[in-house]
Amino acid sequence: MFEKILIANRGEIAARVIRTCKRLNIKTVAVYSEADQEAPYVEMADESYLIGKPRVNESYLNIEKILKVAKESKAEAIHPGYGLLSENPEFAKRAKEEGLVFIGPDADVIAKMGDKIAARNEMKAAGVPIIPGTETAVESAEDAKQIAESFGYPVMLKAAAGGGGIGMQAVHNDAELEKAFEGNSKRAKAFFGNGSMFIEKCILHPRHIEIQVLADNHGSAVYLFERECSIQRRHQKVVEEAPSPVLSEETRKQMGESALKAVEALGYSNAGTIEFLVDDEENYYFLEMNTRLQVEHPVTEEITGVDLVEQQLLVASGEKLSLKQEDLFIQGHAIEVRIYAEDPNTFYPSPGKLTKLELPEGEGIRHEVAVRSDSNVTPFYDPMIAKLIAYGETREEAIDKLTKAIHHYEIEGIKSNLTMLKRIVTHEQFKQGNTKTSFIEKYYLPTVTNH
Amino acid sequence: MNEVKASMAGSVWKIVVAEGNEVNEGEDVAILESMKMEIPIPAETTGTVKEWKVSEGDFVNEGDVIAIIE
Repeated sequence: MFEKILIANRGEIAARVIRTCKRLNIKTVAVYSEADQEAPYVEMADESYLIGKPRVNESYLNIEKILKVAKESKAEAIHPGYGLLSENPEFAKRAKEEGLVFIGPDADVIAKMGDKIAARNEMKAAGVPIIPGTETAVESAEDAKQIAESFGYPVMLKAAAGGGGIGMQAVHNDAELEKAFEGNSKRAKAFFGNGSMFIEKCILHPRHIEIQVLADNHGSAVYLFERECSIQRRHQKVVEEAPSPVLSEETRKQMGESALKAVEALGYSNAGTIEFLVDDEENYYFLEMNTRLQVEHPVTEEITGVDLVEQQLLVASGEKLSLKQEDLFIQGHAIEVRIYAEDPNTFYPSPGKLTKLELPEGEGIRHEVAVRSDSNVTPFYDPMIAKLIAYGETREEAIDKLTKAIHHYEIEGIKSNLTMLKRIVTHEQFKQGNTKTSFIEKYYLPTVTNH
Repeated sequence: MNEVKASMAGSVWKIVVAEGNEVNEGEDVAILESMKMEIPIPAETTGTVKEWKVSEGDFVNEGDVIAIIE
């Protein structure tokens, strides 16, 4: 095992990684920008180094500077956290070149999964279900109709050269398709100089369900079941839970096995997450793979009893996975809510100075926090300032604990999404498990007046 | 006269319309940036940008007047 690692991240995730390192007697090196001098994680680490100005490209994205600190402080490995440099293949490659262990998969695997088309092709080859779509441009409306029939309506028409939603349209039957095909093709030709059209199956009101995997450098891998993260705003997750409130045991197993196929085909190592869209019939389709620890990893830890950061460190140091699939099982239910410094109606960021922060305590309540009660929340980084996780024997119990905790959670000085979270977790549809990706739009936004 | 106000706290990322230039209602006059989010600020009226109260890179609070349109 390592004796000292550097954490190339900030906020709650840096604090989270340091916590496990302390338990394992691993020394930690933190890096911070001028804006984060007072951040709790800077004080928690054994050593901390200022690496630059507040803006991320002058600090947390400065690969050479971070590598220099790692070498000078004699760290053996780098934990990249999530976001920032965590999925940057150049960073993983440069770390290795400098003789440092990157706590994550190989640079070429990160690069492959970062390229949407390459990732889709890899998954298809590995036998993982992908959203059905045409591989080449569709010649005519007639051909389009045949393809649509084979996928089943509705389908999405997409301009090959399109962007920003231009030339993209969902169609529900032959007549609509015929009309849209010509129109969109013409528009795409006018806008992008290329009228080629592709067709993809539309997944209606999907759920977002992801599978956590862990793999070592010796060919062993396990899956740690699913997290459902359907409740999102601005395409970012707000509420995450494990297990999914609806997934059948059979689909869970199939998805887990699909994820392991992907791991094997990629030669993946360390922790990773495969995201899927899941429809009402529990058909699931590959969306993307995140080659790092996820923000929402705590819910998996709560229901499996596995410390994912510890496993990452073990695997990266070259040890074999001691976890076996047959020893893993789901116990209880965990739900996480992300606390954002933002206006709960418009979702606009709300930086500023905190004047109060009171965290509710209680059995089954876990906190991951990036701030103190007098911290300055700066405009330079992601608005997430904390995560609240509730664990119960059943989903009902977890919701009950979470509801109580959110109502006792106090943030003053800046705006936060606490009122939004209260409305979500007490909503009848949430309690019933109707957690689709359309949840916010359907059940939350109608309750606010000035969105 | 119409005041253009910041709809969130953040820094002025881009000023799109220079002083003395005309702008139509609904057109963006500036783009604010905060916490990895860019928010365009549209003019609420058609007119001429009389004065910019901020420069690119400045920090503004929600509700601050950033420009005057006449």
